[in-house]
Amino acid sequence: MRLNRIILSFVSALVILFSTSVASFAKVVGDKIILGAAISLTGKYSSNGVHTQNGYNMAVDRINSMGGVKVGGKTYKFDIIYYDDESNPKRAAQLAERLISQDGVEFMLGPYSSGLTKAIAPVTEKYGVPMVEANGASRSLFTKGYKYLFAVLAPANLYLDVAIDLAVEKNNGKPVTVAMAFEQDAFSQDVRLGVLDAIKRTGSKKVIDDKLPKELNDMAATLVKVKQMKPDVLVVSGHTKGALTAIRQIAEMKVDVPMLAMTHCDAAKLSKQHGKNSQYALCASQWHKTLTYKDNFFKDGMTYAADFEKEFGYDPPYQSAESSAALLVFKDAFERANSFDQKKVRDALAATNMQTFYGNIKFAPGGQNVDKPMVLFQVMCDDSGKCENKVVAPTKWASAKLIHPVPKWSER
Amino acid sequence: MDFMVFQYPMITVQACLDGILLGILFALIAYGMALQWGVMNIINIAQGDLVILGGYIAYFMYLYGIHPAWGVIVAPVIMYFLGVLIYKLVINKVVDRDLFISILATFGISILFMQLMNFAFGADVVLANSDYGTTMLFNNNVVLPNSKLFSAFISILFAICLVIYMKKSKLGRAIRATAQNARAAKILGVDTEKVYAATFGINAALCGVAGALISITFTIHPYMGLPYTIRSFMIVIVAGLGNLPGVAMSGMGLGVFEEFADYILGTEFRIGSVFLLLVLILVYRRFKLSRKREYLK
Repeated sequence: MRLNRIILSFVSALVILFSTSVASFAKVVGDKIILGAAISLTGKYSSNGVHTQNGYNMAVDRINSMGGVKVGGKTYKFDIIYYDDESNPKRAAQLAERLISQDGVEFMLGPYSSGLTKAIAPVTEKYGVPMVEANGASRSLFTKGYKYLFAVLAPANLYLDVAIDLAVEKNNGKPVTVAMAFEQDAFSQDVRLGVLDAIKRTGSKKVIDDKLPKELNDMAATLVKVKQMKPDVLVVSGHTKGALTAIRQIAEMKVDVPMLAMTHCDAAKLSKQHGKNSQYALCASQWHKTLTYKDNFFKDGMTYAADFEKEFGYDPPYQSAESSAALLVFKDAFERANSFDQKKVRDALAATNMQTFYGNIKFAPGGQNVDKPMVLFQVMCDDSGKCENKVVAPTKWASAKLIHPVPKWSER
Repeated sequence: MDFMVFQYPMITVQACLDGILLGILFALIAYGMALQWGVMNIINIAQGDLVILGGYIAYFMYLYGIHPAWGVIVAPVIMYFLGVLIYKLVINKVVDRDLFISILATFGISILFMQLMNFAFGADVVLANSDYGTTMLFNNNVVLPNSKLFSAFISILFAICLVIYMKKSKLGRAIRATAQNARAAKILGVDTEKVYAATFGINAALCGVAGALISITFTIHPYMGLPYTIRSFMIVIVAGLGNLPGVAMSGMGLGVFEEFADYILGTEFRIGSVFLLLVLILVYRRFKLSRKREYLK
């Protein structure tokens, strides 16, 4: 009996050893470059996880159908191994280990959210696996000295500082008063730091600085304070629930504030869920389809949006666009490195300087993209109640003029 | 610490009114919990998840163009049958066992519901718009969203109906008899199995009503159930079982406490302060009990 068990475990150990050693040749099999990704397909990030996956898949299909990746005179196609991380950082880190040490993946794509990227980055770093990520914007990702992490998106602290600058500009260059309400997670707190920097830079003053809980669904107290203090700008960042709750309660409580700036408006489908109540809200976004960046694969934002809609049946949120851009970056780096050596690819990634439909991409030593400014759009509705997001800042990309100050509720 | 709430009398009024309206809604959920706790001796950890599920029913009605306020009628009907089903599948196997087993079982149901809701409805935060407008008081200094007034009104209405039902109807009497002494009730011909199923169904129905109201007033999300479970647990602990006025009072008290904690300590400590209060109350109760015991000695 005991002997049987020993033999069994010996055999299974051998099988595991054998299967891993076979699999570790899997980075480039035949004409395929295999990338690994742990993505939240279930759990609390599942909707954005799916946007991310759709973005990756769209780019893989496009690049493959347009000739693939040329390395060493040979043409390769992309393929991605996906695992579901269940929106759980621990699971994500385990899966990264598994992708690298069992499946033999040598190049990774990022997961969704700053939190999960933070969990995976130490693993990819340990194995020297280059990772291009598109959905982790937290500033702390870029201050750890990671050498193999590259983010195509702008860091979180740049999300809303534009709004403060804009408010000061509209106030004839004079400082403004700012009310802030931020959730207590890594991302929102980074956004807050950026806003604080902007407040300091412009000599403005913060009058309210509230922290919102994870289980947020009522921010009436903050809004009552806003009514009392009458700030020039109200800044809210608390993922989709923050955006939805803020708009609902601002409308219900008739809070008048000249400028309202938020994050996660398009993920919250703000104008769809709230209609006219969301009008005039300013939203920070990594990307908008009307931006005029161009590349050879997706042409431009409008074409990308139309193609995406045709394939997946909905308008692409920026989470999908940036995910697609990550693949374009990889392709570019492989071709410039002209090799599959991880170090060479890493160096090629670090030297990236390109334009994609999503924006310019150039990495700082910390790994963040420094060549792509955030845009602010404003929700604008016509008389029939149909609402659209229109880019209002920076001026270079603006497709509409900022409406400022926001009309009072009594006048709407 | 921020004592703005006391500096401006209008903010104090606002906080009190917000708290009371919110508290009435909490009390409705807590009443369901008290009922089933009293009758079946089961602490239902899945209470909050039943609430959220009720919210999704109203949300889906809203999505298909029906006014979400009708959810207040539809959700309890659906939830009643779901409650009975849960009873038949799980709860009847743990109803006579000790409290720990039932907590484990309902904890399991809670996790299952969270994941199923996430799977079926997605992880997005959603809400149902009622477009009820706003009531302004005191020269526009105090604002009360009509959706909150509507929630409080409906909660009170359901509570009154339930009290009358428990007093007058045959099943209501059977439920009360079972709560007092299940064995005696059984001997006297009460079908306790049926009573248990109905009680669990009624509790689920109350959760359904509350959920529909929450989707109209606040937001819902598959993982947002736990704070509602904790709040109702706490209200029941303070008020005791089978004490409806007590539940209503402690519900409103908790609502006002939360609002003030929100203003004074900050929104991030809102739920935390509820947990803290729960600990304090439990410690205080134990302290009081131990003194009583000494006195008896």
